Amino acid sequence: MNAASSSLAAAPASGADLLLWVAFPYICLAVFGVGHVWRYRQDQFGWTSHTSQLLEHRWLRWGSPLFHLGAFMVIAGHVVGLAVPASWTEAAGISEQAYHTTAVRLGSVAGLAMVTGLGMLCARRLLTRRIRLGTDRSDKLLFPLLSATVVLGISATAAHNVFGGGYDYRETVSVWFRGIFTLQPRPEAIADAPLLFQLHALTACLLFAAWPFTRLVHVWSAPVGYLTRPYLVYRRRATTPAPVVGSTPASERSARHAA
Amino acid sequence: MPRGEATIGRVMAQVAMVMNLDKCIGCHTCSVTCKQTWTNRTGVEYAWFNNVETKPGVGYPRRYEDQEQWKGGWMLDRRGRLVLRSGGRVRRLLSLFSNPDLPAIEDYYEPVTYDYDNLVSAPAGQDIPVARPRSALTGKPTAITWGANWEDGLGGAPEHAGADPNLTGEWAQKVKFEFEQTFLFHLPRLCEHCLNPACVSACPSGALYKRVEDGIVLVDQDRCRGWRMCVTACPYKKVYVNHATGKAEKCTFCFPRVEAGQPTVCSETCVGRLRYLGLLLYDADRVGEAAATADEHDLLDAQRGVFLDPCDPEVVAAARESGIPEDWLAAARRSPVHDLVMRYKVALPLHPEYRTMPMVWYVPPLSPVLDAVSEAGGDQDDPDHVFAAVTRLRIPLEYLAELFTAGDTDVVAGVLMKLTALRSYMRQRTLGEDGDEAALKAVGLTAHEAEDLHRLLAVAKYADRYVVPAAHKEDAAALTATENRCPVESAGETSGRRVMLGLPTLRRSSPEGRS
Repeated sequence: MNAASSSLAAAPASGADLLLWVAFPYICLAVFGVGHVWRYRQDQFGWTSHTSQLLEHRWLRWGSPLFHLGAFMVIAGHVVGLAVPASWTEAAGISEQAYHTTAVRLGSVAGLAMVTGLGMLCARRLLTRRIRLGTDRSDKLLFPLLSATVVLGISATAAHNVFGGGYDYRETVSVWFRGIFTLQPRPEAIADAPLLFQLHALTACLLFAAWPFTRLVHVWSAPVGYLTRPYLVYRRRATTPAPVVGSTPASERSARHAA
Repeated sequence: MPRGEATIGRVMAQVAMVMNLDKCIGCHTCSVTCKQTWTNRTGVEYAWFNNVETKPGVGYPRRYEDQEQWKGGWMLDRRGRLVLRSGGRVRRLLSLFSNPDLPAIEDYYEPVTYDYDNLVSAPAGQDIPVARPRSALTGKPTAITWGANWEDGLGGAPEHAGADPNLTGEWAQKVKFEFEQTFLFHLPRLCEHCLNPACVSACPSGALYKRVEDGIVLVDQDRCRGWRMCVTACPYKKVYVNHATGKAEKCTFCFPRVEAGQPTVCSETCVGRLRYLGLLLYDADRVGEAAATADEHDLLDAQRGVFLDPCDPEVVAAARESGIPEDWLAAARRSPVHDLVMRYKVALPLHPEYRTMPMVWYVPPLSPVLDAVSEAGGDQDDPDHVFAAVTRLRIPLEYLAELFTAGDTDVVAGVLMKLTALRSYMRQRTLGEDGDEAALKAVGLTAHEAEDLHRLLAVAKYADRYVVPAAHKEDAAALTATENRCPVESAGETSGRRVMLGLPTLRRSSPEGRS
């Protein structure tokens, strides 16, 4: 442990901190995990990107690539910023100043692309009646939640690191984030972070909890296998017997009795 | 048919279709019954697994045959390799976020319903209440400005038909300005269940597949992730996005019926009796090579070269080795599709130049030529006049060639000559004359073959038109499953779940308790 985090560790965590920065993230992660298993097993039919390009393509033409490519960069930035300790990058010869400048520049570009894209996607969803009517409950949860997370995130960066004096989240938020996954929770690390960062972290937790129940599941179906599979797909007619509706097979019934 | 020296690879069977276009009156019964069976659901209001187009015409979706625009099907790259026109694998993955070549709903049409309720709930008044159209997508009142068969019977041809991608130059002008003197025929279209399906090859999730047993191309609804690449890749635009479920849907060739040995709904209900269903055996290992044939004009022969003669003992042996059951081999020998495609060679594929090796073939219509004969002051019933027209009248022939032979007019002319000779010979026979066999001989038919072909094309008994062997009982368990549950329902669930297909969950009770 380095000096910065041990000084933070001196302050005891309050009950509210424990609830917000330990219990809540773990609950969200649990919902994320269990939710995915449940959805994958129960709802393959609903597992889709739910394209609406057929109904509206002019806004989507720009909005969707901007959002997705922006999101990829933003996610990559978060992985580096949250998962890699500052001591590692310094060991690699990247000074804190250099890291900070690069992160803010690249992050701003990525963040702006993502916000613009998401804005366009939200706009078409709200303004195009065809799409608004096709918006289901999960979308009504996902779009505001995702927007809130993204807007809070880019506001935090803008307020503190672009226009503000600079805030080193790698010594606080990142420490808390890594603590969750190393099973050594450090609620005190984030407890004193600026409000925007805290809110961003909380909405992100909520987003992870909502993830398995929304169209975000299509992320896990990114079709990379397509690059290597043969073009033509042949399949035999279903060979595994599906359950017969209305009449439970005798063997299954007895098995259930046995259990 | 002797198959030459090449060895036979994996033999597969396909339930294929042939349509005799001269008999199509454009009644749309096939489309309507298909729609009632498969696409009367939210999300696919605009989709017609089967539709009937008037030709010349722009088609449905508009100008779908213009592959420069829509990028459907395959093409050969500079090195002569077969590639999807919409681009390679990486390019496809890069366009996942926004597919630049996807038709919009406007290219199909905005589906409508009518506020029927107004007919009974309108307050008493001077005027008779009417049911006004409302968009099925927005619920708002809308004007109907396009449809799946908007140009029915050349309606609107002066405005639109000139935009038919198969028309070029002077003929486009003629259709535009003298459409009442042009020809017209109807073209029923459904999924081609291709041997080299571009939709299957373009599906990033591997959800689309071709069935080994009967060649039917299906979308696995559980594996489709809504990447919508299949829609672009299909040059016939016969894969649709269900905008309610976010998944692709397409013609299923009525597989539950075909598995039970019954014809598809469109075939069963065709009032013109113009559809034929039967097996074609093919060599699956030679499909890729045939599809990559360099000259577009050779594609027809290349595809015929992939089909196998079910009477050839070598083929039979290879088919047995590939696991094709005996009754299927017997059905393949009786297949009307094999007769029309391979034996008499009167059926042609739709747009072979797309290189997908389509499996719904067409007997080209004589009517455009007969129309031209009449227009030129000739006698439709005199074979010499028709022969002369076939050889001299460039325009209808070129149009048919654009559709069925990648522009090779000789092949279309050959088929039309054959039909003319058959028509005049059987006409003489029916009138009690002997019949002139010279004309038959010229087109390569014997009197016996002419009788047989006439029986198949003109008499067209139900049992002759549809030779569909039932799926095999070894797979009884799987079959029971498809009979007893909704195809899109997840295992074991019956109640309280929204069923996305317009099919009852339970189709019949099973008191015997199959297991």
